[in-house]
Amino acid sequence: MFYREAGDFSTTYAQDQQTFPIKFDRIRYYLVLFVAIFVIPLVINDYWVNSLLLPFLIYAIAALGLNILVGYCGQVSLGTGGFMAVGAYSCYKFMTGVDIWWGGELLFRLPEFNIFFAVIMGGVMTAFVGVLFGLPSLRIKGFYLAVATLAAQFFLVWMFNRVSWFYNYSASGQISAPERDLFGILITGPSTTPWAAYLFCLFFTILSAYIARNLTRGASGRKWMAIRDMDIAAEIIGVNPLRAKLTAFMVSSFFIGISGALFFSVYLGAVEVGEAFGIQKSFLVLFMIIIGGLGSIFGSFAGAAFLVLLPVALKVAGVDWLGWPTDIVAHLQLVIVGLLIIVFLIAEPHGIAQLWRVAKEKLRLWPFPH
Amino acid sequence: MKFKLTSMAVAAVMAASPVMAELVFPSLSYRTGPYAAGGIPFADGYADYFTMLNARDGGIGGVMTSVPECETGYNTEKGVECYESLKGGGGLVYQPLSTGITYQLIPKTTADDIPMHTMGYGRTSAKNGEVFTHTFNYPANYWDGASGAVNYLLEENDGDLNGKTIALVYHNSAYGKEPIRTLTELSAKHGFTFTEVPVDHPGQEQKSQWLQIRRDKPDYVIMYGWGVMNQVAIQEAANIRFPMENFIGVWWSGSENDVLAAGAAADGYKALTFHGVGSDFPVFDDIQTYVVDAGKAAGAGDQIGTVLYNRGLYAAMLAAEAAKTAQEIHGTAQINASQMRDGMAALEMTEEKMAALGLPNFGPAFKVECTNHGGDGMVGMTQWDATAKTWTLISDFAPTDKDLIDSLIAEDSAAYAAENNITPACK
Repeated sequence: MFYREAGDFSTTYAQDQQTFPIKFDRIRYYLVLFVAIFVIPLVINDYWVNSLLLPFLIYAIAALGLNILVGYCGQVSLGTGGFMAVGAYSCYKFMTGVDIWWGGELLFRLPEFNIFFAVIMGGVMTAFVGVLFGLPSLRIKGFYLAVATLAAQFFLVWMFNRVSWFYNYSASGQISAPERDLFGILITGPSTTPWAAYLFCLFFTILSAYIARNLTRGASGRKWMAIRDMDIAAEIIGVNPLRAKLTAFMVSSFFIGISGALFFSVYLGAVEVGEAFGIQKSFLVLFMIIIGGLGSIFGSFAGAAFLVLLPVALKVAGVDWLGWPTDIVAHLQLVIVGLLIIVFLIAEPHGIAQLWRVAKEKLRLWPFPH
Repeated sequence: MKFKLTSMAVAAVMAASPVMAELVFPSLSYRTGPYAAGGIPFADGYADYFTMLNARDGGIGGVMTSVPECETGYNTEKGVECYESLKGGGGLVYQPLSTGITYQLIPKTTADDIPMHTMGYGRTSAKNGEVFTHTFNYPANYWDGASGAVNYLLEENDGDLNGKTIALVYHNSAYGKEPIRTLTELSAKHGFTFTEVPVDHPGQEQKSQWLQIRRDKPDYVIMYGWGVMNQVAIQEAANIRFPMENFIGVWWSGSENDVLAAGAAADGYKALTFHGVGSDFPVFDDIQTYVVDAGKAAGAGDQIGTVLYNRGLYAAMLAAEAAKTAQEIHGTAQINASQMRDGMAALEMTEEKMAALGLPNFGPAFKVECTNHGGDGMVGMTQWDATAKTWTLISDFAPTDKDLIDSLIAEDSAAYAAENNITPACK
């Protein structure tokens, strides 16, 4: 009735190619942005930011990144945790000033980067590392590539544990984010106000989603999808698999690096590589995009929301409302989340994004069933 | 009319404010996951002591206590979530029982003006209260543990460790890495060779590490492990027939759960401790009467008297005593977190005090000062008897290498202060 293209005439090419061709969608999109930017920062407190919103935004960026690689380009990766670690440690090194040593002597020290650029540098360094570990994808596919990226995961975690240069030779091997500000407003450190941390992460999330959406519907996205659907056919019609696969690895790692940098600097403030960026993180982000929907921007958000919010919701319901023992609730959480994943994959193999698509189709026809 | 309005306003304020007639001691516990074997008894002991205080004394200074629990699973992300969710409830002191979570919470608790007690874990240099104003780690810390173990070995070898080899099997995390610096310094001082053998989380797979130990044949092995890693290490040590009396665990690697799995092979295994073992203390009669018999025991109620239960109990006792001190200082029964910090900073434990609490000679006497948030680091040694299935204290609580540890603490806390723009000062 109100959700349809009819009556909405495009008079320019730009209008014809816009992301949300339906007026209702467009209004909804701007409304969501408005609420996220102008309303939520006014009403949130420490609990909402640190328990729900920051992990959601940060995991959404990681899921976007992995979705580009797995969902759009069809290259399976189990190295997400390791790549997030690269982002986190690069961010740490750049925000404390990279020191270059040669033969036991300090050659020079870069000035400390502003936190904004440190996060960006986290993405850039990860993009570089991602391309390096993406090279095997030119020779191997599928499960074999998954194993190669698994090697990246273990190697990177081992390296950050082993080489003390990465954690500035601290005795514990932990990295902790010192206080840093942007335009005089604290972004990292314990005294950060909830809204500042939230808006900082939100900015990166919106930017990532915007870039990802426009990359995937442009030429490079079409090349990735061609590679995913049939690489030989893609090669024959003139897609360069080297370029397509490596750009996918690069863009994907860039986003994952940004999320790792934010995860460390804004969200947790101190991390230990084995605990924070272990193999379970790779699986978590992979589950997010599988549940959310492979090859869908909305799916990345939906999957991140599902896996971040559900455990917290279950905990609040079980412990705070029903007063059950914490261990029973923790065990139930595992059962319920696991069960839901199975139910989802059976009932809707294409994820939450597909549910959304079906709902939109139904809305188009409503109120007539045919 | 005016009176009516005022009384309505008062009623509204009273209705709106949360129930404050309680002293809240949040428990960041972990009863699930690979570290549950250590988390459950500690959380039970912590909760049971406050249950007993409520039933026996009517709380602390006439105010009832409550112990809301939050499951962290030894995971830092969940730890942060727990901290934020419990913060709203007015928690007085946090005890995360995880070095990783401690690192996260040190700046957060300082900014929120809430004290944190990391008993025998956490960041060792938090002993310097001039830098770490809200973190306390009395009565002993990781470096005391390392030094205590070396002191014990020195005594066994008539004061000479020259030419000996000591291997450190450690959990490859902030926790396990803590003693490395101290042991390196001590090896230079006493002339022994020190080797590092890291074990990755969670530590169920240690074949290669113990193969290395079998090949290198160190004279002694010190272990900094936790959770399932301990059981596996002791089993593996038994498999390569490493002499158990030369195998020393820190206090986190010395509970019943760690040795029972290996059966008779674990006989003679040693572990450090900073408090008494067993349930032969008067306070356990009260626990039995007011908690167990009343059916109010936390968890399954089967942990009473185990090493880690005692440690949880000890932590609760120290927290309760600090709360009492805070009540005296500020002259109010209903203290808040900031006042609790003052109580902890002025805590003094004496032999008489502990005897009156039903815990004679259970832990060392110490006095917290601004420059010393960590007590005096008195460390004892316990040994496991596999036939009787008990831990016995086999040495007196002895002081550790204070000079060395204090210089390391000064160095590390100065680095932290410089990194975070803190001017060291007494608060």
